[in-house]
Amino acid sequence: MSPVLFWLFTLLMLGFATSVVVNRNPVASALSLVGAFLALAALFVGLDAYFIAVIQVLVYAGAVMVLFLFIIMLLDLKAEQRRRFNIVTLLGGSIVAAGFIAELTALLSKFQLGKRGFPTLPGAKPVDDVYQVGMTLFTTHNLPLQVTGVLILVATIGVIILSRRELK
Amino acid sequence: MDFFGSIPWLLIFTSLAKTIFLVFLVVLPMVSYTVYAERRVSALIQDRLGPNRTGFPLTLLGFKKDFSPFLGGLGQPIADAVKFLLKEDLTPGHVNKPYFWLAPALAMMPAIVTLSAVPFGSELFGYKMVVADINVGLLFMFAISSVSVYGIVLAGWSSNSKYPFLGGIRSTSQMISYELCMGLSAVPVLLVTGSTGLSKIVNYQVEHGWLLAPFTDGGLQLREVLLIIPIFIAFITFTISMFAETNRLPFDLPESETELVAGYHTEYSSMKFALFFLGEYTAMIAGSALVVVLFLGGWHVPFIPDGSHGAIFGLINIATFFGKVALLLICFIWVRWTLPRFRYDQLMKLGWLYLFEIALVNIFITAGILAYTK
Repeated sequence: MSPVLFWLFTLLMLGFATSVVVNRNPVASALSLVGAFLALAALFVGLDAYFIAVIQVLVYAGAVMVLFLFIIMLLDLKAEQRRRFNIVTLLGGSIVAAGFIAELTALLSKFQLGKRGFPTLPGAKPVDDVYQVGMTLFTTHNLPLQVTGVLILVATIGVIILSRRELK
Repeated sequence: MDFFGSIPWLLIFTSLAKTIFLVFLVVLPMVSYTVYAERRVSALIQDRLGPNRTGFPLTLLGFKKDFSPFLGGLGQPIADAVKFLLKEDLTPGHVNKPYFWLAPALAMMPAIVTLSAVPFGSELFGYKMVVADINVGLLFMFAISSVSVYGIVLAGWSSNSKYPFLGGIRSTSQMISYELCMGLSAVPVLLVTGSTGLSKIVNYQVEHGWLLAPFTDGGLQLREVLLIIPIFIAFITFTISMFAETNRLPFDLPESETELVAGYHTEYSSMKFALFFLGEYTAMIAGSALVVVLFLGGWHVPFIPDGSHGAIFGLINIATFFGKVALLLICFIWVRWTLPRFRYDQLMKLGWLYLFEIALVNIFITAGILAYTK
């Protein structure tokens, strides 16, 4: 991936991510999050990970965020827009964030492994990543996959039971 | 540091040429003539005449006579486009402006982007006739078309009035529900062809016969005969969910004029309305193209070789592909003017209680046949 494109999409992603937090309008925040997901997908494409990129768009931008937006619109959150900035929380939040960044830079400058670039893969060629992911999931990690499936099924049944109870 | 990397100029140039050819020379004219076909076919079905007057106004350019070709009315799309561009563009005062302006673009754009993964021909002068030949082409199309729901949702919400809002809400739940059916009914095709790349799916069908008509390679095996049943079911469920995804008539609840005025685009006028309109037809073309690629053998017809045997065959392949797409579009129009609209609860029941289950069981049937007839 050309560094120009990398920086372009990174800046886009960070910009959208910031606007998720800064925006007062919940719909604008949700849409910014979609923008951030799309820019992240573009970064995945830059790493030749097409499958992850497409799944990122399909699941997060295409399904999860649509549902979020759906709920936000139905609730019509006007109170959120009227809320003012609170100086104390703003100050506290920025101190924590600045401390975290300082800690991270101090640590990373001493971390020798982080400074080395990745070695180029010998004979790098495009792989069929859908095939590779599928084979790995269903052969080496078959049991965890099945367990996760059962877990999601239990959660789904739980949601149905809870929503049914409210009706009665 | 080599900041720009090595720029593959040839690749950029050929991709650009293919994109311009596909979007501006094929798809957009096809969209406008689909609108024209819609009006003419609906007139035919309802025993009317339809738009049969507008010709090409050559007198404006200094010729003696206006040119009105054999069917009449072929200049209608041009007149429509000019009308859309010249009408006053109203932005009502009560709307949420940035999103109101963003929505039409979001309705049009994803439909065009999905077309980039479609192999619309074999090859021409040694270049593959697909803009982006990625190995996750099918998933890419699903992903991008799932983004198109934002255009409708935002239009409904930002219009700040109740009919568009109801339309937006309806379309959100409808598109999410039918996306599942659509994805599941494509799985049998993936099982048979063993790839998610659209070019590979077409190549499989060139070698083994179209999935819906496996005799096109000249021979029939037991396995192919058995597979016709689940593939046909998949074809039916896929097509039905595509109708729902593109908001076409038995399922056009988001814009049902009898109850919602015009649904999500009630407040739009002029070119902004036209973008929704064009987006719907472009999505129809993208969906039909996907059906052609998955079930009807893409650009392939028996006895005509691919483009590596000469440019003329390459052009015939492209024409074949868009011919098949046009046939499906006629079916779209035919269904629209034949069937009445569903009620909203019937729509949801059909999606979740019937199509979803049928598509799911169908996957198991396909996998069973594949496992036992190896």
